[in-house]
Amino acid sequence: MQEFAVILISTILVNNFVLVQFLGLCPFMGVSSKLETAIGMAGATTFVLTLAAMSSYMVNSWILIPLNLEYLKTISFILVIAVVVQFTKMFIEKSSPLLYRVLGVFLPLITTNCAVLGVALQNTTKAHTFSESTLYGFGAAIGFSLVLILFSAMRERLAVADVPTPFKGAAIGMITAGLMSLAFMGFSGLV
Amino acid sequence: MYDIIVQNPFSAALVALVSLSIIFGAILGYAAVKFKVEGDPIVEQLDKLLPQTQCGQCGYPGCKPYAQAIADGDAINKCPPGGQTTINAIADLLDVEAPTLDAEHGEESEVRTVAYIRENECIGCTKCIQACPVDAILGAAKLMHTVIASECTGCDLCVEPCPVDCIDMLPVEKGLSDWKWGLPPTVEEQILTINPKDIIASDHQQVEGNNSKDSDDSREKTA
Repeated sequence: MQEFAVILISTILVNNFVLVQFLGLCPFMGVSSKLETAIGMAGATTFVLTLAAMSSYMVNSWILIPLNLEYLKTISFILVIAVVVQFTKMFIEKSSPLLYRVLGVFLPLITTNCAVLGVALQNTTKAHTFSESTLYGFGAAIGFSLVLILFSAMRERLAVADVPTPFKGAAIGMITAGLMSLAFMGFSGLV
Repeated sequence: MYDIIVQNPFSAALVALVSLSIIFGAILGYAAVKFKVEGDPIVEQLDKLLPQTQCGQCGYPGCKPYAQAIADGDAINKCPPGGQTTINAIADLLDVEAPTLDAEHGEESEVRTVAYIRENECIGCTKCIQACPVDAILGAAKLMHTVIASECTGCDLCVEPCPVDCIDMLPVEKGLSDWKWGLPPTVEEQILTINPKDIIASDHQQVEGNNSKDSDDSREKTA
């Protein structure tokens, strides 16, 4: 039980995928201008990341390792992720057309979110079990969601703030992301 | 058979990837059937936002076809009866910038109007009846026509075809029955009305202070 808690804390705070490992930065900058969109994106990514971590573990340990095909893991994980994203896209299109419209191009772009492939590959290098892999993916997704939502809330405030002209828009966003990253560095050594 | 496949790395890779692809293809195929979307739900939502005057000023035969056209990528600023309110609502739904009304399709009228036929001048030609998109004009050939005011959407389409120009567009007077409180400003509007300088300390205040000092100095000099 304790090691599960360690995995969760380490993926959410200490080794946060966005701010410490710098994976998945494109949706982090791209979808964070509105809080509602950020929450939708966070939900979709959480779903995809957890499901992709589980299914890539299954593909790896049930198909690739018995056949001595570990060298194929990158290409098969990409296949798994693409399928999971496509499935999520269909599900959201059916269940929430508005969210589907708002997420727009970023929904298929979860496929190329490096955090998703990063989680799958790190699961194999760290030799996680099935439950550890799932938790690792889920923790990474929660960390991503936490950071994305916090950041979008800050950007909504920045929209009405009196920012000097050269720093307006994306520039102040980058600086804010850097400061957030510095703040998250403070968690290192916690676990 | 299994041993041959496993021992030869090429056939093993081939079999693994092909079988993976077939399994995933089957899952996606099943999901495509299971989660099939009937029609385009965004069109329904757009249609609800449009004013349903069916006036055709946007260049489409009605509000539903225009909603379909917006979903296919047409401009959202072609609806004069809806005006800026409708454009803002659609822009909010589609998450795009709200443009101003396209003047090519007509101007937004400040007040809601309703058609009125001066009945002693009407010759009973039925041309306005054919033009009305909502069937709000009552009458028959060579008999006087009249407008059902509660059905009229004020779209102006009947004014043009009338050969004796006996149709007026009259503003609807606000009475006790249709008066209502305005909506309170939303949180976003309240935030926008606050001057940013009042929230966050900035160097602007200092500059203003200097300016006032300068003007004081100049005033002293002139004095």
